[in-house]
Amino acid sequence: MQWEIVIGLETHAQLSTLSKIFSGAAIAYGAAPNSQACAVDLALPGVLPVFNRAAAEKAVKFGLAIGAKINRKSIFARKNYFYPDLPKGYQISQYELPIVAGGSLTIQVGEREKTVRITRAHLEEDAGKSLHEDFHGMTGIDLNRAGTPLLEIVTEPDLRSSAEAVAYAKALHSLVRWIGICDGNMQEGSFRCDANVSVRPMGTEKLGTRCEIKNLNSFKFMEKAIEYEVRRQIEIIEDGGSILQETRLYDTDRDETRSMRSKEEANDYRYFPDPDLLPLVLDEAFLEQARATLSELPQAMRERFMRDHGLPAYDAGTLTSSRELAAYFEEAVSALGGEAKMAANWIMGDLSAQLNKDGLDIAASPISAAQLAGLLKRIQDGTISGKIAKEVFVAMWAGEGDADAIIEAKGLKQVSDSGAIEKIVDDIIAANPAQVAEYRSGKEKVFGFFVGQAMKASKGKANPAQLNEILKKKLG
Amino acid sequence: MLNSSLKQLAGLLAGKQISSVELTQAFLKRIGELNPTLNAFITVDEGKSLAQAQAADALIAAGEAGPLTGIPVAQKDIFCAEGWLSTCGSKMLHNFVSPYDAHVIEQFNRAGAVNLGKTNMDEFAMGSSNETSYYGKVKNPWDVNAVPGGSSGGSAAAVAARLCPAATGTDTGGSIRQPAALTGISGIKPTYGVVSRYGMIAFASSLDQGGPMAKSAEDLALLMNVMAGFDPRDSTSLEREKEDYGRDLEQPLKGLRIGLPKEYFAEGLAADVAQAIEAALAEYRKLGAETVAVSLPNSKLAVPVYYVLAPAEASSNLARFDGVRYGYRAPEYTDLADMYSKSRAQGFGAEVKRRILIGTYVLSAGYYDAYYLKAQKLRRLIARDFTEAFAQCDVIMGPTTPTTAFNLGEKSDDPVSMYLSDIYTIAVNLAGLPGMSVPAGFGKDGRPVGLQIIGNYFSEAKMLNVAHQYQKATDWHLRMPPLHGEE
Amino acid sequence: MIPFYAYRFKVLRVNFMSLNLADVKRIAHLARIAVEEDEMPGYLQQLSNILGLVEEMQAVDTTGIEPMAHAQDVVLRLRDDVVTETDRHAAYQAVAPQVEAGLYLVPKVIE
Repeated sequence: MQWEIVIGLETHAQLSTLSKIFSGAAIAYGAAPNSQACAVDLALPGVLPVFNRAAAEKAVKFGLAIGAKINRKSIFARKNYFYPDLPKGYQISQYELPIVAGGSLTIQVGEREKTVRITRAHLEEDAGKSLHEDFHGMTGIDLNRAGTPLLEIVTEPDLRSSAEAVAYAKALHSLVRWIGICDGNMQEGSFRCDANVSVRPMGTEKLGTRCEIKNLNSFKFMEKAIEYEVRRQIEIIEDGGSILQETRLYDTDRDETRSMRSKEEANDYRYFPDPDLLPLVLDEAFLEQARATLSELPQAMRERFMRDHGLPAYDAGTLTSSRELAAYFEEAVSALGGEAKMAANWIMGDLSAQLNKDGLDIAASPISAAQLAGLLKRIQDGTISGKIAKEVFVAMWAGEGDADAIIEAKGLKQVSDSGAIEKIVDDIIAANPAQVAEYRSGKEKVFGFFVGQAMKASKGKANPAQLNEILKKKLG
Repeated sequence: MLNSSLKQLAGLLAGKQISSVELTQAFLKRIGELNPTLNAFITVDEGKSLAQAQAADALIAAGEAGPLTGIPVAQKDIFCAEGWLSTCGSKMLHNFVSPYDAHVIEQFNRAGAVNLGKTNMDEFAMGSSNETSYYGKVKNPWDVNAVPGGSSGGSAAAVAARLCPAATGTDTGGSIRQPAALTGISGIKPTYGVVSRYGMIAFASSLDQGGPMAKSAEDLALLMNVMAGFDPRDSTSLEREKEDYGRDLEQPLKGLRIGLPKEYFAEGLAADVAQAIEAALAEYRKLGAETVAVSLPNSKLAVPVYYVLAPAEASSNLARFDGVRYGYRAPEYTDLADMYSKSRAQGFGAEVKRRILIGTYVLSAGYYDAYYLKAQKLRRLIARDFTEAFAQCDVIMGPTTPTTAFNLGEKSDDPVSMYLSDIYTIAVNLAGLPGMSVPAGFGKDGRPVGLQIIGNYFSEAKMLNVAHQYQKATDWHLRMPPLHGEE
Repeated sequence: MIPFYAYRFKVLRVNFMSLNLADVKRIAHLARIAVEEDEMPGYLQQLSNILGLVEEMQAVDTTGIEPMAHAQDVVLRLRDDVVTETDRHAAYQAVAPQVEAGLYLVPKVIE
């Protein structure tokens, strides 16, 4: 039987605020245990939550960016369950009335575009961390993370493959960083995804029983976990079994998902509106302010790059994967006064390769956009060839100066003096009579030999077009 | 001195006739004599109190004294006070020395008042008789066989027995007014949001409100000036201009319209209480007030609604007591789940557990709409009744409780009959209105009767005026229980 | 003889409320309160009595009534995003049952 895969993703994006969602404690990563857990985060008797405006601003920004409805009134509710990393015995979240409802995100899967519907995005607080190193057989609790603001973004079950799920997660990851609401650091847990996965016979409507996979802390693991889970579910059904709705954990070492029984037990969360917090009501001015801080979104910019710069979809998509990269590209093109495709090739090619190799972000690139444009200008005006440009690029990366200085210092300027090139060509013809005879007898392949020799003699600086022309004439 | 008003005490302090240290010592001595009988205090710390008194004396000497500087005030043990054991009447917090101050405590500290100690209370403020405290029952100073009421029974008994000039309380369903009535003192529960709940250990967040308990309305006004005020750490604290709650004390009552809800004078009200209330109303008419009949048709729903909403909120508020970060942890357990359930089973008393279980039930899947949501809708109907009644009157009056203080043990085995002792006070919390109780005579058993005064939102100054004029015309509030150790 | 309406009311009550031992067990577990077997019947009785007390609510028609969650009709204040708290973990952990290396210790958590 043909199976259709149905996936919905729930993403927890940590909002990049300075203080926690309901307290004035810091949220810096990696602080000493419990040094950032204040009385409110520890749920000391008598303390109360006070909501952080920045969390609402960032949630609204996200809602506007995905074309969602911003609920002018949203409600904080308590989700009640016991867990040692949950100090109050309840998590403050939004249940019936989330701050963001609806909206969508367009993703690129191969050459295809797909629109993924967002169900909702709501504000909530993060829990602390349980450390299972051995403390005499006990677990240690660090509550520094407790109360960190999260935006939980939930999709409709619109994704049909692990590739689509990953494309969505990447697009979302790029968007939240783009609009500056989340640093996207997956190692530090700032961007975490859970996947709801089910399968159904192709062509049927009814959704299969789903399993929720937790702990997908990289795109690679997400892909592998979903693929494993899909295989597992299909095998069970084809063997005549049925899927048990449950929460499963992806084990990265064994590349498999396994049941998390501990999470199944308490499933009656007894949600009710938090009496300590009043309705969150946002007026038009608040929305307007958030809107004003939103710059051009990646989707719009991608379309503009295709339209105005004539870039192919792939290039436009890659260059708009982060705001910094897009800005770099735009600055380079503007300094260059056009030649967008050449700039794109260099940025996606040599520059990206070097950045990757050195583990650097575009923002930390030792070659600025203006400097890169300076290099490309010299290709454009024929001062150097593309090949020499690569050599200059390496020198620029090593900090040897601007393109012009390096070209000058190393004497890399292209030779475009036809007298000098003629002299080189004459010498080569004189020194290689056998090859000359071959060429003249019709073996045109030998032409490459002469080009190579001439380039070697000119140390690569001969203007290639001019050289070709002179060679053809003299060998003629 | 025992019967002196706060103003008189401040005068003695200002005139250097007595120092704050001497005043504090005098009350500490009285506590030492009478507390073994009354059990009104959970914690007394002479060293801490006297250190504050010394600091207050220095302020007075420097001419920087405010109206409450140097005055000893007892604090209900529900308020967290830094360095003080803050138990909330529970074994769960038997070792909880608070690392921080409640807003109310800060306000008193700022005013230069002396913390005289932490008063006994029903465990987590759940109770109407002060019999649920882990630290033992509190006795009514008027009759040690009677309950003082609850949950602020320790504060009430302490003020009534003149163990302190004033005390704080909290009121979720009547916990200031009911014990004030049963011990013959004055107490006011302000409009919800007027006194910050920060550092006040939560019972039912949407109903809890702190307030003062003292001998007279005049004293309550001075205490309100200290306790009330906006606090950004409580999201439900209201941003309002600072007000002087004593500004209208001397206004005449001529033309005052007193609403009398027929439901508060119906079946269930003891005849002797009814008689005392009638006498108080007669006094008001003499003062120029007129009475008008009003109706609060949904008032019979107040107790049912309250016993859904308050336990529901409590079941969640008390989830933090899990033996992980502070408080009681069971000495023996097999695993995490066992540690939780044993710590909570052993750390909480019977009444608290009952309310947590009921609250858990009404919020659980399948029951939420029928109980919790239904109760929230009825809460609105109850609040509307008051809005309509206040269209016809300035204040509402009636009995605070249906009977005078009942005997210790009389209702402790029957939670439901205990709950019904709050029938006249609960609706006020549901509506968020201010309510107070003032002494209005005695029942046939010689135990005090309280007159309840309910005002419209933010009308505390008016209510205190109404109470003060009555107290100028009567002396019920100056009557002291016959206890040994008096001056 | 019991009048007809009283009979109906009674049946309604029983249907709506009846709490059983399994319910008590379930809610005790949700609330993480250990209840011994011999305490169960007592709790069942007391909780049933309380539910009996609140049953009166069901007789009132609340169609179209907005639930009232707060005493005042006000909206949430928004706090500025500033760090105001300092590290006080030593003071906070002074009252903790068991700590080590700055961590609160609990019986092993099994995931």
